Amino acid sequence: MAESGQLLPDPKGVRRLIRIDTVTKRYPDGTVAVDRLSLEIPDRSITVLVGPSGCGKTTTLRMINRMVEPSEGSILLDGVDIREQPVNSLRRSMGYVIQNAGLFQHRTIVDNIATVPRLLGWSRSKSRARAMELMERVGLDSALAKRYPYQLSGGQQQRVGVARALAADPPVLLMDEPFSAVDPVVRKGLQDELLRIQDELGKTIVFVTHDIDEAIKLGTTVAVLRTGGRLAQYAPPAELLTAPADAFVEDFLGTDRGIRRLSFFGTEGLELKRAPIVTVDTTAEEVAARTDVDDDVPYLLVTDRDGRPLGWSEPAALAAGPVDVARLLPHGRPFRHGGESLRAALDCAVLSPTGWAVAVDGTGRAVGVVSQQAIGEAIRTAHAERTTGAAGDDGSTGGGALGDADAATGAEVAG
Amino acid sequence: MNVLHFVNAFFSDSAHWHGYDGIPTRLIQHIRYCLIALVLAAAIGLPVGLVTGHYGRGGNALAFIATAGRALPSFGLLVLMTIMVGFGLVPVMVPLVVLAVPPILVTSYESVRSVDPSPVDAARGMGMQESRILFQVELPVALPLILSGLRSGAIQIVSTATIAAYVGIGGLGRYVIDGLYQRDYEKVVGGATLVAALALATLAVFWAVARCTVSPGVRRSG
Ligand SMILES: Nc1ncnc2c1ncn2[C@@H]1O[C@H](COP(=O)(O)OP(=O)(O)OP(=O)(O)O)[C@@H](O)[C@H]1O
Ligand SMILES: [Mg+2]
Repeated sequence: MAESGQLLPDPKGVRRLIRIDTVTKRYPDGTVAVDRLSLEIPDRSITVLVGPSGCGKTTTLRMINRMVEPSEGSILLDGVDIREQPVNSLRRSMGYVIQNAGLFQHRTIVDNIATVPRLLGWSRSKSRARAMELMERVGLDSALAKRYPYQLSGGQQQRVGVARALAADPPVLLMDEPFSAVDPVVRKGLQDELLRIQDELGKTIVFVTHDIDEAIKLGTTVAVLRTGGRLAQYAPPAELLTAPADAFVEDFLGTDRGIRRLSFFGTEGLELKRAPIVTVDTTAEEVAARTDVDDDVPYLLVTDRDGRPLGWSEPAALAAGPVDVARLLPHGRPFRHGGESLRAALDCAVLSPTGWAVAVDGTGRAVGVVSQQAIGEAIRTAHAERTTGAAGDDGSTGGGALGDADAATGAEVAG
Repeated sequence: MNVLHFVNAFFSDSAHWHGYDGIPTRLIQHIRYCLIALVLAAAIGLPVGLVTGHYGRGGNALAFIATAGRALPSFGLLVLMTIMVGFGLVPVMVPLVVLAVPPILVTSYESVRSVDPSPVDAARGMGMQESRILFQVELPVALPLILSGLRSGAIQIVSTATIAAYVGIGGLGRYVIDGLYQRDYEKVVGGATLVAALALATLAVFWAVARCTVSPGVRRSG
C-alpha cells in the first residue's frame, strides 16, 4: 500500500497477477455458476469478463475478493493462494466497484471516498486529503466534497464509487458492471476516464460487463463466458473480432463485427490528397489556373484562412466567382489523421455528401481528403497484413469480416 | 364543570407545587421510572433487534415474542409481580419493560434488515468487519426508524407508568388514583394533563434527538 501522499503507478517490480485455477462454484441450491474456469489475468491491464446474463461473471469476480468462496479449485495472487491471508486484508488490497456505486448515503462524498484509508488506520486529515486528490483524478469538482450522495447525478455517484475503490491505492481493481446504470453519453465519459486513469496508474483491473462494445473498448484481454460458467474464448479484442472461437462467440459479438474490427486499424497509412484543398480567399482565376487537381476528385474542399474545413464546392462554381460559404456542401464530421481508426475514417466517408472524408490534424486544420475507395483499399491492405501476421488465423473468417467492410464501403449515401 | 376549569384550578393551587405530593416531586419520580424502564427495554430490544436484523435471521421468532409481549395486560402483570415479589420498583418495571420491548425490538430488526444491500455489499467488499458494517453502515441509515421504535416504547411507558401508583410508588399516577379515590376530579384531570404533557415532551425530545443524530444524507421520513 502506498503510504505517500500521492497516487503513484505501482513500482515496476510489483506484479499483480491473478490466476484462476480450475475453479468451480456450486451454490447451495445446486446451481453451477462457474464450471472449471481457468484464467490467467495479466497484471497492469484490463481484463474484461463478458457474457450473457447469469453466465457467472459476478460469481467469478466475487471469488477473487472472497465475497464468494469457490467450491473447487483455487485462486492465486502472485502465485500465493488468496486464502493464505486474512480475508479483510485481502479485500483492502483490492478496490471493489459495483453497479449503482453503493455509496454510503449518510456520509459526505469526501468521507465516502476516505473509507478504506480510514479502515487502514490513516488519520482523518490524511484520509481526507487523499480523498480530495482522488476526486480530482476521477474528474469530480471539489465543490462536491461536502455533498451527500443523493445530491449527485448517477454518473457522478459512479465516479465517487471509482474514487472510493482507488483511495488506498490498491494494486487490483474489481469492477462489476460499474457503468451499466448510466446513460450512453455518461457511460462513454466514464469509460474514457477509466482508460485515462489506467494509463496513469497501471492497475490490474478485472471488469465485468454484459456489453460487448464496452468489453472491446476497455479490454486488453476479453474473456467471453457462456451460460453455465464455462469459458468460450479468451483473447485480445482484435483477435476476438477476427477469429471468434465458435458460433456462440460469433453470435455474441453481433452482426457488424467486421466494421467494429476496423477500430483496431490506424489511419496513419491512408494516402491523403492535399490538392483539392483551397482556402476561402482563393480567387476564381487561381482556381481556374490550377493544373494539379486530379480528374478523379470531382469536388474542392474550401477551408478558412486558418485551414479549417468549411465545406465542399464544385470546381466550376468556384471558378465562376467569389466563394459563397453558405452555399458550400457540408463536409460532415472530419476524422483525426493518425489519431482515429479506419472505422472513424470510413464513417466520415460514408456520411459525407461527396463520398470523401476530410482528414484533420490535432488542431482541426484540414490535412487532406480521402475517398471511400481509398479507405476500402487501406482496409484490404491492413487486413491482409493482420491475416498473414496472426498465426493460426482462419482465412475464411477474415474474408467474412472484410466482406462486411466492403459492403459498407460500397454503400453510397444519397445526397 | 368543564375540564379546563379543573385544569386551571389544579395548576393555580399553590399547594400543588410543594412537598412530597407536589407537582415537581411527582414529575421527577415519574420521569425517573420512565427513564429506567426505557433504558432497560432498549438494553434488551436494541442489541437483539440490531444483530438479528444484520444477519437477517430470526424474524419469525421476534414477531412471535413481540406479539406475545403486546398481548400481556400490563395491569395484570403488575398485580402478579406484586404478589410474587411484593411492593417496590421491580413489580413496576417488569410490565413497563415488557410493554416497551416489542416496538423497539421489531422496528430495530426491520430497519436494519431493510437497509439497501448494495452499500453493505460494497463495505464488505472493501474489507470492513461485520461489527463496523452494522454500526457504521447500517445503523446510521436505520437510525430514523430505530428512533421511532424507541419513541413508541417511550410514549407507552410514560402513559402506563401511572399504574406505579397502585403499588404505592409515586409518580403522576398518584394524582389520578388518589383523585379518583377522594372524588377530587380537579386532581384527576390535573394528573392526566401532566401525563399527556409529558408524552408530548417525549415526542419533542425524540424529534430533537433525531435532528441531531440523523445524517442529512439520510432522507427518510421516520
Ligand atoms: N447466492 C446464490 N445462490 C444461488 N444461485 C446463485 C446465487 N448467486 C448467483 N446464482 C446463480 O448463479 C448463476 C450465475 O450468477 P452470476 O450473478 O454470477 O451471473 P452474472 O453473469 O453476473 O449475471 P448478470 O449479467 O445478470 O449479472 C446464475 O444462474 C444465478 O442465478
Ligand atoms: Mg452480475
